[in-house]
Amino acid sequence: MVDTCFLSQGLTTLAGLLLLPFGSLAASQIEDQAEQFFRSGHTNNWAVLVCTSRFWFNYRHVANTLSVYRSVKRLGIPDSHIVLMLADDMACNPRNPKPATVYSHKNMELNVYGDDVEVDYRSYEVTVENFLRVLTGRIPSSTPRSKRLLSDDRSNILIYMTGHGGNGFLKFQDSEEITNIELADAFEQMWQKRRYNELLFIIDTCQGASMYERFYSPNIMALASSQVGEDSLSHQPDPAVGVHLMDRYTFYVLEFLEEINPASQTNMNDLFQVCPKSLCVSTPGHRTDLFQRDPKNVLITDFFGSVRKVEITTETLSLQPDSGVIESSYKKDQMVEELMEPLKYAEQLPVAQIIHQDFKDAFLLSSGFHGC
Amino acid sequence: MGLLSDPVRRRALARLVLRLNAPLCVLSYVAGIAWFLALAFPPLTQRTYMSENAMGSTMVEEQFAAGDRARSLARDFTAHRRKSGALPVAWLERTMRSVGLEVYTQSFSRKLPFPDETHERYMVSGINVYGILRAPRAASTESLVLTVPCGPDSTNSQAVGLMLALAAHFRGQIYWAKDIIFLVTEHDLLGTEAWLEAYHDVNVTGMQSSPLQGRAGAIQAAVALELSSDVVTSLDVVVEGLNGQLPNLDLLNLFQTFCQKGGLLCTLQGKLQPQDWTSIDGPLQSVQTLLLMVLQQASGRPHGAHGLFLRYRVEALTLRGINSFRQYKYDLVAVGKALEGMFRKLNHLLERLHQSFFFYLLPALSRFVSIGLYMPAAGFLLLVLGLKALELWMQLHEAGVGPEEAGKTPGSSPPHPPTQGGEHTGPRQGLDGAETGGPHLPGTTAGLHHPHQLLSGLPTGRQHGACCCRHQALWTPAALHCPAGADEPSSYTPGQLVPVAGASGSTALPGRGLAALPGRTGPGRAGASHLRLPALPAAGSGPLPLLAALLERALLEVTEAARSSPRSLLPRK
Repeated sequence: MVDTCFLSQGLTTLAGLLLLPFGSLAASQIEDQAEQFFRSGHTNNWAVLVCTSRFWFNYRHVANTLSVYRSVKRLGIPDSHIVLMLADDMACNPRNPKPATVYSHKNMELNVYGDDVEVDYRSYEVTVENFLRVLTGRIPSSTPRSKRLLSDDRSNILIYMTGHGGNGFLKFQDSEEITNIELADAFEQMWQKRRYNELLFIIDTCQGASMYERFYSPNIMALASSQVGEDSLSHQPDPAVGVHLMDRYTFYVLEFLEEINPASQTNMNDLFQVCPKSLCVSTPGHRTDLFQRDPKNVLITDFFGSVRKVEITTETLSLQPDSGVIESSYKKDQMVEELMEPLKYAEQLPVAQIIHQDFKDAFLLSSGFHGC
Repeated sequence: MGLLSDPVRRRALARLVLRLNAPLCVLSYVAGIAWFLALAFPPLTQRTYMSENAMGSTMVEEQFAAGDRARSLARDFTAHRRKSGALPVAWLERTMRSVGLEVYTQSFSRKLPFPDETHERYMVSGINVYGILRAPRAASTESLVLTVPCGPDSTNSQAVGLMLALAAHFRGQIYWAKDIIFLVTEHDLLGTEAWLEAYHDVNVTGMQSSPLQGRAGAIQAAVALELSSDVVTSLDVVVEGLNGQLPNLDLLNLFQTFCQKGGLLCTLQGKLQPQDWTSIDGPLQSVQTLLLMVLQQASGRPHGAHGLFLRYRVEALTLRGINSFRQYKYDLVAVGKALEGMFRKLNHLLERLHQSFFFYLLPALSRFVSIGLYMPAAGFLLLVLGLKALELWMQLHEAGVGPEEAGKTPGSSPPHPPTQGGEHTGPRQGLDGAETGGPHLPGTTAGLHHPHQLLSGLPTGRQHGACCCRHQALWTPAALHCPAGADEPSSYTPGQLVPVAGASGSTALPGRGLAALPGRTGPGRAGASHLRLPALPAAGSGPLPLLAALLERALLEVTEAARSSPRSLLPRK
């Protein structure tokens, strides 16, 4: 009896000794998790998506914008937090052989127009003035809520622009331009009015990198589809519709975003690698010097999705007035939780599989990369 | 003093121009010809490219497959036409309506100014039939036209069949943003012109036509189709229009891209493109094509029904199907697909075609020369005329300066000294008499002191309008001296023979000549001046100066007679 007692004691000690490193490991993991919980400083997400060109042959710019809109909505940002500006109506253009659709993949594989598109600024309302008013918030009081960017100092904003551009400017609707200096000043106004926490600016035009050269406000990260002196090329020529359906850079960004779900941990460094020169022909660029966090710590969903910071636990917490007790009980819950299976978000509709199962093989086989 | 106002330098310049003139003319002419020949070669020719963004890069897929229907319709058309003798209007109306178009007709008639070859017919009358395919989702603000001109015999029946089959196919598509008009005209160009005039509500050729009941907005582009048989070996394109006007080059580029896409053989002026540009054949054929195109443009007649559309700023082409002895033949489906592709691309247009060139020459179907590059050839040829005119002017100027020089510098020998005029008979004698210092014509001396009187002695000069100009031509170089003289009186010694600028009756120059005259005669040169009549230029300069001198003399005689008459006939000014 004494032997078994000793043996059990020894075993318990051994078990305790063995579990100690696990415990410390678990503790560090908890700390990591806790750190992750407070990783970014934002509490809400906004998106401003702008397509600046009209006319039927600029179908691809509308398709670009609608693809980003679709991804952003799928990852959780609601319509009330998206300002969508489309300069022309491609879905109902008389030249569209498939009315009420805007396709981003040829052979009608993906209709990015969908059933619940909410366009906030349409047709001739997409002007430089309106765009700057949306960004800076200097909007007449009669403007409806859906046309306002009601962000605060804890908002992460995604701004996506596409159209025809040049060295230092972006053309709006064949009649006016916005320059990179104006844009930089608008962002500075936003910073001074504390209208954003962090800002991600993506632009898909020719010579797009010139548009982010002049930024000087903090917490801005910028991506562009081509460098100064390069043209961004179009992709997906579709003879049934008669136009190019997408631009290369946004096409590959869309492919990348289709793999993302609200729980994914993919970070910005992956987004920077999205379209190498072999696929895009132009050289995409990015700018992170104004951004305070390291891009590898920035999740894609920090900007493209609206992910709530929620931890699910089945343990009940008894809140004592003593803060020390609360802390220790909290840690105990964490440890217990760690040993159980960690709870996480339920999988959303596996869109990636639906999209990719049919055409991805066909896509890899086809070789229709004829940019123009 | 400047180059042209300094008499010494101007004379030197004139002599230089006269000496170099003949070689320069020859050189310029040769340069013009050489430039034109050089247009056939690659640095001056460029490959054609699509300039219009809206019609740009992407191809559209064509789905036309109703070749059989086209052929059967063509057969029906031929049969009905043979039966009725003229265009089978009722059948066309019925068929177009069954296809789904809005059908209208227009009757026209014209009294021709010349009889026909076969029998003397002066009145031509006919009926045009056209159907409009309305765009399903767009307002009818713009339209495209596919026209099939039908001549007196049914040579174009296959084209009618194809047009109707295409109309049926187009009716089933929903992507039209412009209306499409399918037009069948009678009597070829006459019918087309009648329709166009009625459509645009003008009447430039005196055609009597009924007003159009249905319209479809501004016409953006038109294609005229001529097919002689139901299989073609190649499609020929014709661009030259009325008065040599050409359609926008983008339309030709569009046709050419669809030729390449469908693998059709396309020809220009019936010739295929030269494949071999390294040897002499390619450039030789290019020069031939260029020359032929220039000649066709110069003839001014529209080489197809499209030529009449161009006047209304509607870009148009004629496509002719040629059936030659090649082995590989294309059927109506291939032609129909090319047309369908062209119309679908034209449907994408937002504005009229304006991005590409309006003036060009085509050495081959896929190459062009723009006007900026071929105009220097014409410029060099015209330079010859300019040089010749300059030479003539310089010669006259030399003749005018000659007599003065004889007085001023006896040593220098002017190129046309007055004494050379001795070979002229008759009218010259009186002038010689004056030159040698004989008694002046009394009227003229008086005229010097009373320039106004002299001037009033002449009729107002308008009836001598022609000779006034010539006098002006003669006296302008002299008059040029006058201001110079007035500025620097010291350059003229007293006793200088002063050309009487005003005496020639050129009321065109009263101001300058007469103003200078009193100024000159004022400071004490009264007695010394006498009339110096212009020296006749050398015989070889042509009849013009001689005629001028004759008229001059006649005028002076008239003034003398007027002076010597007892009472002055004309009021004093």
